[in-house]
Amino acid sequence: MSNEKRSSAFEYAPAPESRSIVDIAPSYGLFIDGEFTEAADGKVFKTVSPSTEEVLSEVAQAGAEDVDRAVKAARRAFEKWSALPGSERAKYLFRIARIIQERSRELAVLETLDNGKPIKEARDADLPLVAAHFFYYAGWADKLDHAGFGPDPRPLGVAGQVIPWNFPLLMLAWKIAPALATGNTVVLKPAETTPLSALFFADICRQAGLPKGVVNILPGYGDTGAALVAHPDVDKVAFTGSTAVGKEIARTVAGTRKKVTLELGGKGANIVFDDAPIDQAVEGIVNGIFFNQGQVCCAGSRLLVQESVHDELLESLKRRLSTLRLGDPLDKNTDIGAINSEEQLARITSLVERGEAEGAERWSAACELPSSGYWFAPTLFTNVTQAHTVARDEIFGPVLSVLTFRTPDEAVAKANNTPYGLSAGIWTEKGSRILAVANRLRAGVVWSNTFNKFDPTSPFGGYKESGFGREGGRHGLEAYLDV
Amino acid sequence: MSDRLSVLKTYKLYVGGKFPRSESGRVYEVTDHKGKWLANAPQSSRKDARDAVVAARKAFGAWSGATAYNRGQVLYRVAEMLEGRKSQFVHEVADAEGVSKSKAAVVVEATIDRWVWYAGWTDKIAQVIGGANPVAGPYFNLSSPEPTGVVAVLAPQESSFLGLVSVLAPVIATGNTAVVVASEKSPLPALSLGEVLATSDVPGGTVNILSGRTAEIATPLAAHQDVNAIDLAGADEALAKELEIAAADNLKRVLRPQPVDDWTATPGLDRMTAFLETKTVWHPTGSLGASGSSY
Repeated sequence: MSNEKRSSAFEYAPAPESRSIVDIAPSYGLFIDGEFTEAADGKVFKTVSPSTEEVLSEVAQAGAEDVDRAVKAARRAFEKWSALPGSERAKYLFRIARIIQERSRELAVLETLDNGKPIKEARDADLPLVAAHFFYYAGWADKLDHAGFGPDPRPLGVAGQVIPWNFPLLMLAWKIAPALATGNTVVLKPAETTPLSALFFADICRQAGLPKGVVNILPGYGDTGAALVAHPDVDKVAFTGSTAVGKEIARTVAGTRKKVTLELGGKGANIVFDDAPIDQAVEGIVNGIFFNQGQVCCAGSRLLVQESVHDELLESLKRRLSTLRLGDPLDKNTDIGAINSEEQLARITSLVERGEAEGAERWSAACELPSSGYWFAPTLFTNVTQAHTVARDEIFGPVLSVLTFRTPDEAVAKANNTPYGLSAGIWTEKGSRILAVANRLRAGVVWSNTFNKFDPTSPFGGYKESGFGREGGRHGLEAYLDV
Repeated sequence: MSDRLSVLKTYKLYVGGKFPRSESGRVYEVTDHKGKWLANAPQSSRKDARDAVVAARKAFGAWSGATAYNRGQVLYRVAEMLEGRKSQFVHEVADAEGVSKSKAAVVVEATIDRWVWYAGWTDKIAQVIGGANPVAGPYFNLSSPEPTGVVAVLAPQESSFLGLVSVLAPVIATGNTAVVVASEKSPLPALSLGEVLATSDVPGGTVNILSGRTAEIATPLAAHQDVNAIDLAGADEALAKELEIAAADNLKRVLRPQPVDDWTATPGLDRMTAFLETKTVWHPTGSLGASGSSY
């Protein structure tokens, strides 16, 4: 592990975003049937800022009884909501999109506080995509007859949705926007470490005048999610999270009529050929694995580099990683924020230790870690083989495993050698090679000469154990229609 | 009627383009609806199921990599071969389903027409369900359907031929390869279909047909880590639930059994889209700069 500190030509003065724009209440309830309410058993949990370990708020924790109450509220609301003309549903969603745009700075700061991601990312990636997603699906609400699912496709009913902590508000948008556009009502469970933006979204629903019961928000842990998924009056289950939980959900809904979409883990291969422009590829690799501290299901966590350019690429990559600024997520200069939770940090740490123990060679950028909060320096492993744990398991952190190949065939074979199949990247100047390799990769999203690009019009989702169903685009409607 | 003694056929499995007996050496008695003996059909074991998966996986690269036009021609060839052997299938369907020869003929004709329908879909489905996505940025972005992989198909129990083809043809039209478990009670039309496929330019292993006890064969298929999807059409409610739970272990795509009143009705796209993945490919478009607007 190198500790050489590279000096930068420019030192950066702190440029903190003001947190006074967001007003976090000391406590929040569950949002059921248009009202904030306590949990039936009175349970609460604390949500902390992962960069400081400061308690941000105390949030009601939904139990099975609350799940039942929320599902009943959603069921009551379904009849009227699904009967509304699509053009009316559309206008509600357009309102929501606009209010999100109006409040986007506030929400970006909130997201950064609760999640630990750099404000630069919350502000420039998460929030614009959230608003765009609502805007996009708003437009579908009165055009479903023309979406290719036959005339007058029907909604499913009550959707139970469980989302992760890595992009809290964006995952909410991916779930709620298509569900409402197609006439379903929802009960959504945000992750236990990032409940706040979903609760702020409840307030946006109030401002938009959304009928009560159409959106219900139930903060809680895994057991809350399990109760929601298993509730007999839920017609649709949508989950984004780990593959292990995804499999459990698939077992839970077996033998029922519930429609399921799962967006699960990944171990994306980012393939760099010898003719790729090295500087652009390095930027893409960095974006692929260090965006959101690598806590991204479609991260390019396996770098497959053609042997002849391995040394040159690694040198550039290490140089680039040494310039990444890790620290206060609210600082507009920050590239690498905090790991979302103590638990996640422990998982990353243990997988990295395993990588070292198995003989892969670790290199971490020399950077000072803040004394409080959860942090992990950008790290890469070289001399990695396909048998190494760090090449097989999803680490969900800022850790890149570097493998090499000699021929395109070998690159494809290695890229596909995983039970996952969510994303992949290809870097080469040769167009025909891009198309040939893209064609043979078993992954739902292939980024060529770019990485980690998202758009509401573009379907996203995995092959194999990365889940099934697509979110985004016309394809994303199918998950919420009885077709 | 001549009083010539007819030559009976030994019905065999169709696996990897060959016609093996069950490795277990077992057969079971197949009768018509009145209980008259028709044949001894192979009673496949879980080893037969695994062998069929190996064959289907081996065939997947070439079949999914064939051009859509080529797959369409091959499927059309199947219809041509069926047309020539119509009387055999009329006979088998009449025996299997207890219907008159004239009713069986209607079923067989509908079955042949179903192959033709799906043969035409191979090079059209991608345009109907895929396409360019207008992303907000300088990127080319294209979504295309791709076959899921190896699909286990539990053929409907009642409709031994039209039902079978209605669930099999959509799976292979889009480039998947299949392991089919024939109707338990009436497997003979399915086993004869293997003989048609073998002479229709369908590459060996693309379709593999097993007869036997549905639950016995389906259980290892649902749990098999190299099977990507399963169509539960031929499973009853209890078995379907059990298989769906087993299928969750590697997140197989599961098509649950749905009531079908009329197999002759024109199918929609559902049986094709159930076994398709969507792949989305991005690439920067670049820019020609200000001079690009000069024309």
